[in-house]
Amino acid sequence: MEPISAILHALPWDQILIQTLNGIVTGMILALVASGLTLIFGIMDVVNFAHGELFMLGAYIGVVVMATSGSFWLALVLSTLVVAIIGAALQITTLRPLLGRDPLTTILATFGISLVLQNYALWQFGPVARKIQEPITGRFSLFYLEYPWYRIVIAVLSGAIIGGFWLFLKYGTYGIWIRATTQDRVMAQAMGIPVPWVHTAVFAIGAGMAAASGVLFGPLVGVNHAMGIDWVLRAFIVVVVGGMGNLGGSIAASIFISLLEAYASIWVDPAQAVIVSFVVLILTLLFRPTGLFVPTPK
Amino acid sequence: MSKRSSYIYWTGFCVIVALLIVEPFVLPEFWRRFVTEILIWGLLAMSSDILIGYTGMVSFGHSAFFGLGMYGAAAALLSVAPPNLWLAILYGLIGAAAVALFVAYFSTRLRDIYFAITTLIFSQIFYVIIFTWTEVTGGENGLTFSRPALAIPGLFSLPFTTSTLHWFVLAVVTASYLILRRITQSPFGMVLQSIRENEARTRAIGYAVERYKIVAVMLSGLFAGLAGVLYAIQNRFAAPDFVYFLVSGEAVIFNVMGGIGTLVGPIVGAAFYLLLREGFSRFFTEFYLIPVGIIFIAMIIFMPQGLLGFMRRWLNQ
Repeated sequence: MEPISAILHALPWDQILIQTLNGIVTGMILALVASGLTLIFGIMDVVNFAHGELFMLGAYIGVVVMATSGSFWLALVLSTLVVAIIGAALQITTLRPLLGRDPLTTILATFGISLVLQNYALWQFGPVARKIQEPITGRFSLFYLEYPWYRIVIAVLSGAIIGGFWLFLKYGTYGIWIRATTQDRVMAQAMGIPVPWVHTAVFAIGAGMAAASGVLFGPLVGVNHAMGIDWVLRAFIVVVVGGMGNLGGSIAASIFISLLEAYASIWVDPAQAVIVSFVVLILTLLFRPTGLFVPTPK
Repeated sequence: MSKRSSYIYWTGFCVIVALLIVEPFVLPEFWRRFVTEILIWGLLAMSSDILIGYTGMVSFGHSAFFGLGMYGAAAALLSVAPPNLWLAILYGLIGAAAVALFVAYFSTRLRDIYFAITTLIFSQIFYVIIFTWTEVTGGENGLTFSRPALAIPGLFSLPFTTSTLHWFVLAVVTASYLILRRITQSPFGMVLQSIRENEARTRAIGYAVERYKIVAVMLSGLFAGLAGVLYAIQNRFAAPDFVYFLVSGEAVIFNVMGGIGTLVGPIVGAAFYLLLREGFSRFFTEFYLIPVGIIFIAMIIFMPQGLLGFMRRWLNQ
């Protein structure tokens, strides 16, 4: 017992608790990004490389709306809608012609989109990071820290958006269309579901969710043109670890990976903590290629 | 292969190589460097064509091999007193091969997009390591070093000028092309192509598909590392930016633009891309990727074969 209690005493419990909270908050945002990505993959076999750029674009539109109207909540709603429309336009112009081709071509096309969007943002907004003012400035004390309430609000809001979306998928007529198309594209078409428009709508919804998470995340760090890349890489990891096209799995995986990264950054540099999630991805691919959070296939 | 067709092919090959040999006497300094750069990026793209075009695996991790080639060359040039060209190449190839073995072992168990994502993540691992391990790699600033002399011990020793460097790079790239062409036409290359066409059937016939894939990734990694060494010698620095996955993305863009599965196509694609970049950066400065990206997307949709795709069969004869 002696060595165990020594280890327990040596652990920085206050830091661990703070990092747990941090991990859950980033995990919820990541879940919001990744659920759009996994849905887009599940329904149309498109690996959306540009998802991070939609996140970034959402944050920038949030910055612009904030600057003109001053209201954070208006920025959140408007940016979600605008990016959803942009997403629909992108899907119609670039992904629809690729329907039925090798899924790998969609990676290339969306990679092209991400390059264009990223450089467009750099051109329009310059390299200096912009700041979104947080709408709730209250803090509560947690050990030696004044922890901002806003972070808790982010986690709750992300959870609410994902929950609302889940209810929509489960009970809404259009949600049922989406699930039907995921399960069997040809059969859904035969039953009169306009499959191409379902694809467009799903891409728009995914884009809107990425934009919402961009606006929510904006106040925590600066908004800049390269912020999307980090997120899209982590969202890829989450989507693979959670099981491709599996919504529940990717939410669990988001929180799992964010917690791991948060704990790792107690001991190593945050830039190196990313490697932990890379390693989780590789181990998952080696031992459970269908994903960590899905039942073992029989 | 008909005799006449092969005659035309080799005549064309000789004419192009001859043009590239005399090019330094004609073109001004800027364009001389530019052509050399095209050749180096072309070699990188050609190396990834082995995977994309011949084995049917899209690698988004070639920046790791390229970058490790650069850092390997840097290690040799910084540690040995009079910098030695051959040692730099040796170290670069060892670095790239080590990484390629590691990546190949894990990633070849996966297919399609999973392979693409895994190679991408692997290259990011190496990027993070190189970026944060400042004592050894110089971190964000990278490493700078001086160019070695082009020397064969006991025979001659020339300093690298823009022209001699061009000829050296041309010799390496031409040799690599001939070797890769030979490999793709060998029985080994045929197995790779049959993996591309139908992996399950290839396995059923009795080929150890995984082993072939590992060798393909390593081969591809070696040539990408060679390109990295050449680039390090040309620019006299190694920087983490070249390990970043955007470089791998560029290699894939070169392939798609030029036409996959042709070996020459990726070089043409690199030339096309770099010319577009040069042209557009006159008007758009550093935002050239906006028009270039749009052209790239349009080419994926309307021209999936790439610029040289229509000659694919002829070039592979």
